[in-house]
Amino acid sequence: MNPRPYVRKVERSWWLQHPRYVAYMIRELTSLFVGLYCALLVVGLVRLAQGQSAWEGFIAAFSSPVGVAFQLVCLVFAIYHSVTWFALTPKAMPLMIKGERVSGTVIVGAHYVAWAVVSIVVLIGAGV
Amino acid sequence: MSETITLEVLRYHPETDSEPHFQNYVVPYRDDWVVLDALNHVKDNLDATLSYRWSCHMAVCGSCGMMINSEPKLSCHTFLRDYRGGVIRVEPLDHFPIERDLVIVMDSFMDKLSSVKPYLIPKQDKPLSTGEYLQLPGELDVFHQYTQCINCLLCYAACPQCGLNGDFVGPAALALAHRYNLDSRDGGKDARAEVVASNEGIWECTFVGACSEVCPKHVDPAAAIQQTKISASVDWLKGLLTPGAHK
Repeated sequence: MNPRPYVRKVERSWWLQHPRYVAYMIRELTSLFVGLYCALLVVGLVRLAQGQSAWEGFIAAFSSPVGVAFQLVCLVFAIYHSVTWFALTPKAMPLMIKGERVSGTVIVGAHYVAWAVVSIVVLIGAGV
Repeated sequence: MSETITLEVLRYHPETDSEPHFQNYVVPYRDDWVVLDALNHVKDNLDATLSYRWSCHMAVCGSCGMMINSEPKLSCHTFLRDYRGGVIRVEPLDHFPIERDLVIVMDSFMDKLSSVKPYLIPKQDKPLSTGEYLQLPGELDVFHQYTQCINCLLCYAACPQCGLNGDFVGPAALALAHRYNLDSRDGGKDARAEVVASNEGIWECTFVGACSEVCPKHVDPAAAIQQTKISASVDWLKGLLTPGAHK
């Protein structure tokens, strides 16, 4: 008989078989909420373009308990997404300055600093 | 009675088996034994029909990769003492067809490896009489870690994308492509891009990061792939902004 290599199937539950895969799937899931929030902001822009009453309706919906709860959920997922992404940045952008590798801590730290600066600028721009 | 440990080994003989099955072997426990020593004990003393690959016994040849308790590991680098009191389940590397017992069919990897042209393609050929292609230590540092790959395929076994899409070029081959792309003596980036920057190349990677976690040589293929994504995107943008110009 000719050799018959045996091919094993990947189970649908593959991502439950190791914590690293579960963590990965959670990170992927969080991007859904980040995307949803971005879509809502676009809806907000459209409502703003439609006039004052449309905009006020949008703000009222956003300020309702359900709206606030949704934003809190999105915030939690966005923070998880950002923190895990920042942790990976030294892999994606290894820096060498004058022949020396910049340490991962510095690269990650720079992202947090940039995050803080952008947040402050946005808050100032929003008049907070 | 001296201490023992049980190996639960996946067996598959294509001549007689329709599917793999587990077989247990009780082997002596030694503090300084690795899983490969235990398999060699089985082969030499208990069951000569057990098949597996190995060669150097020192994490250099990359032959003895196996799933050990569901984690891709070099069996020469995995001590019994880390599993003392338990059972050690030994299986062939995930995401590859099983040739026989713990031996996998790695033809697909060999094809992928050669497809990324893992060798120096000089920017300009020069005659031998002009001497070597010189490189400074700093230029070597840029890609040195990616030269450490021993083609053990643990990264392919760890990567879910490799399991879900058999066409994915995969971590080791892409890391090696990156190694040559970064080499100051190389000019073959465009020649590799057709495979590397294709859908089955870097873009099939979703940055699970498992490849880098299991790599016994700290090559960090996940980093190589993410860097290649950035570089390929920049090249794509340059091509868009300056159509017709050489990248």
